[in-house]
Amino acid sequence: MNTETETVRQLCTFTVDGLLFGLDVTAVQEVLRPQEMTPVPLAPEVVRGLINLRGQIVTALDLRRRLGLGLAPRDQPAMNVVVRHDEGVVSLLVDEIGDVIEVDEATAEPLPETLLADARALIDGVYQLPERLLLVLDARRTSAAPAVEPDRKDTP
Amino acid sequence: MDDEALKEFVIEGREGLDQLDREFLALEADPTATGHIAIVFRTFHTIKGSAGFLGLGRLEKLAHAAENVLVELRDGRAQFTRDLATCLLAVVDRLRQSLTTLEASGVEGSEAHDDLIAWLGRIQGAERGAPEGQTAPATLPRASAPPNAAPSVAPSAETVSPAAAARPVPTAPAAVAPAEHATVAESNVRVDVGLLDRLMNIVGELVLVRNQIVQFGTHREDPAFAGAAQRLNLITTELQEQVMKTRMQPIGSVWSKLPRVVRDLAIACGKQVRVEMRGKETELDRTILDAIKDPLTHIVRNAVDHGLESPQARVDAKKPRTGTLVLRGYHEGGQVIVEVSDDGAGLDLNAIRRRAIERRLVTEEGAARLTAFELGQLVFLPGFSTAAKVTNLSGRGVGMDVVKSNVERIGGTVDLHSQPGQGTTVQIRIPLTLAIVPALVVHDAGQRFAIPQANLVELVHLEADSGAPGIEYVREAPVVRLRGQLVPIVTLRALFGAAPRRLDAAHGPINLVILQANDRRFALVVDEIRDTQEIVVKPLGKELKALSTFAGATIMGDGKVALILDVVGLAQQSGLARARGERAAAQVPGAPSGQVHEVEGSEHQTLLLFTVGGGSTLAVPLARVARLEDVHRERFERSGDRWVVQSRGELLPIISLVGPTTATPAELPVTAPVIVHSSGTRSIGFLVGSIVDVVNAAVAAERCNERRGLKGATVVHGRVTDLLDVDAVIAEQAPWFEREADA
Repeated sequence: MNTETETVRQLCTFTVDGLLFGLDVTAVQEVLRPQEMTPVPLAPEVVRGLINLRGQIVTALDLRRRLGLGLAPRDQPAMNVVVRHDEGVVSLLVDEIGDVIEVDEATAEPLPETLLADARALIDGVYQLPERLLLVLDARRTSAAPAVEPDRKDTP
Repeated sequence: MDDEALKEFVIEGREGLDQLDREFLALEADPTATGHIAIVFRTFHTIKGSAGFLGLGRLEKLAHAAENVLVELRDGRAQFTRDLATCLLAVVDRLRQSLTTLEASGVEGSEAHDDLIAWLGRIQGAERGAPEGQTAPATLPRASAPPNAAPSVAPSAETVSPAAAARPVPTAPAAVAPAEHATVAESNVRVDVGLLDRLMNIVGELVLVRNQIVQFGTHREDPAFAGAAQRLNLITTELQEQVMKTRMQPIGSVWSKLPRVVRDLAIACGKQVRVEMRGKETELDRTILDAIKDPLTHIVRNAVDHGLESPQARVDAKKPRTGTLVLRGYHEGGQVIVEVSDDGAGLDLNAIRRRAIERRLVTEEGAARLTAFELGQLVFLPGFSTAAKVTNLSGRGVGMDVVKSNVERIGGTVDLHSQPGQGTTVQIRIPLTLAIVPALVVHDAGQRFAIPQANLVELVHLEADSGAPGIEYVREAPVVRLRGQLVPIVTLRALFGAAPRRLDAAHGPINLVILQANDRRFALVVDEIRDTQEIVVKPLGKELKALSTFAGATIMGDGKVALILDVVGLAQQSGLARARGERAAAQVPGAPSGQVHEVEGSEHQTLLLFTVGGGSTLAVPLARVARLEDVHRERFERSGDRWVVQSRGELLPIISLVGPTTATPAELPVTAPVIVHSSGTRSIGFLVGSIVDVVNAAVAAERCNERRGLKGATVVHGRVTDLLDVDAVIAEQAPWFEREADA
């Protein structure tokens, strides 16, 4: 029993664009229903806006854009997965929240070559579940948004 | 001596000593634990430093002696023995005793601690096996300050003069009632600032809930509920006030180190100065206190060094020998005002005039016309110092301009009033807090924004039939004429990259928010002006820190987030936006009066300001500029020994003003601004660092800078700015250009 617990990871799962993702439960502070969002003009595209998390202002990142997936239907409300990182928290916007599941680290598989060309660096491991593939994200890398280029301008 | 600082020293000292007890015991158990030695060393060092700072010479000496022994121990030259532990613990006990005396009487005891210092010396000598062990106390460096530099009885008025001899110290009662000890320790709790910030956050959240509950109450006809809501309202308000208070500190905590600064400086320049403090209990947010610490020190130094006269000169002027420096703090209109006044000679207006002429800021005739107030403003110009000689204390030319910019950074202002022969007063106005600021809430570009009121000048409402002058277009740039001044207009839509709408009051009323950013005034068009309210400023996440347009965000009464506009950032951004729109022609009004110095025999020109390598700003007459382009760095190509850019179907040769053209374009920013100059059918581009502004300024006809490629100079925003000589630069760097242009 003891030897087993060492290799078991608890993952908070959710779907984005039909794919099943997981984040280590220890990195996830909480999960919130769709929140009122204030857009930030001039911000990088991945920043969807700001939310009020009990008095704290939290940046919401669009996980679809972060992963280079297709855009969500405009009216689809996004769930918030609030992730702690070094300097605070960010909210990752996802489609649907799944269960907390356990996987055995020993069963991790390599990411299929064809999947997620833009976001391979964010994937920490892949697990074959009975029905579908689970992609585990690295919380730190995923929550670190690319820095804003000051005074971003389009090339004339 | 300052009560506050002493009290803090006593509290911190006790904590340190308690820790030392524990560390020594741990060391005795395991003499090789270097971690403990480091802690012990640090603690003694801190006590020594604080004691020295407070002028407690005896305490400092004792701690210093202990520290010397510990250095040996730390560096492995000595062993931790029981004898040493006993000795060090005795030192701890003695220090503790001194703190008790200090707390009770406000002065350190008269005991010299020579016995313990000698003991420490003996141990140090014995450990080394050196024979000089017995003489160690004599070789200890003397504390630099004479013991007890006149501890004053009245803490608010301390006389500092070179003549002040060490006064005999009243012998403190040998034993102090333990109850005294308890009072200080128990009435103060040191709290982590982070905890206070979190408390503030929670209270902010409670305020929002309170607002909602109170709103529900208005829809319900239930007196019991209304009563409860009312009580909740009152208690929340009170809680908010009290929690805000926890972040406040009296300004006296910053002033406390000034008497020492004044004392040292007065001795150094042979003056006698008395410091008076009035209103030192005036409270300010601690972040603001931090920000004004350095400017205040600077102003005080200036006052002693330049303001006050020597004792003899004062006697000759029928003034008391001892000059008075008054620090005053008070609240006025939601702001805190801090004044530093001296009763010295006042500003030497003639010296300022001469200096201004030397620096070619004004001509002699112009200088004669400047009023005392205008001359006073010149002191705030960078590098402007009238000090006859540069001392190591002040007069180095970095001074009041830094004070001004530091104070302005936190939304404050600096004023200077001077009466010849009577003295000088420097007045700083600062907001109470940076965490909670009054703001104007506006609606535009589909969302709400908060604008800090510190930057707000006025609100203007334009209607089609009001007969008031409306919005004009100078080329593509909208401007509004306000009392004869053309004020450039900024729209958030344009800034955010949306297609700008043509502004016309005939299509409906237009709301303008007139804002002041440093020396620049501009009008922000908004859809709607909502109201003013106190907002709690919260920082943006690190993902968004680089956005200069926003100063932060806040949570509005309805729980939604609103962005706070950074007015200075907005001005900078829109400056770029204007430049991007090719040949910005909006005539920005000159700097406010007192900062524009009319130069005789000059002509007014519209100038484009830009930066070059090394960060300096140059100007070029807008008439010589055909257009501005932002060129992506990948578009720079090599053609022979020249850099070229393809632009509008032709090859544009580039002269770099930011550095050697042989450098690779990879070192350029992603897009680099290029000023295009045309002659005949040919054009040439000047690669510059950035486009700063378009201003209307007087240009001196005379050549005052002998560097090649420059001609004439002007004063813009209070700075001397050189004019680029377009023809000379082309003749030197691209001689082929004129030939080809003529061809």
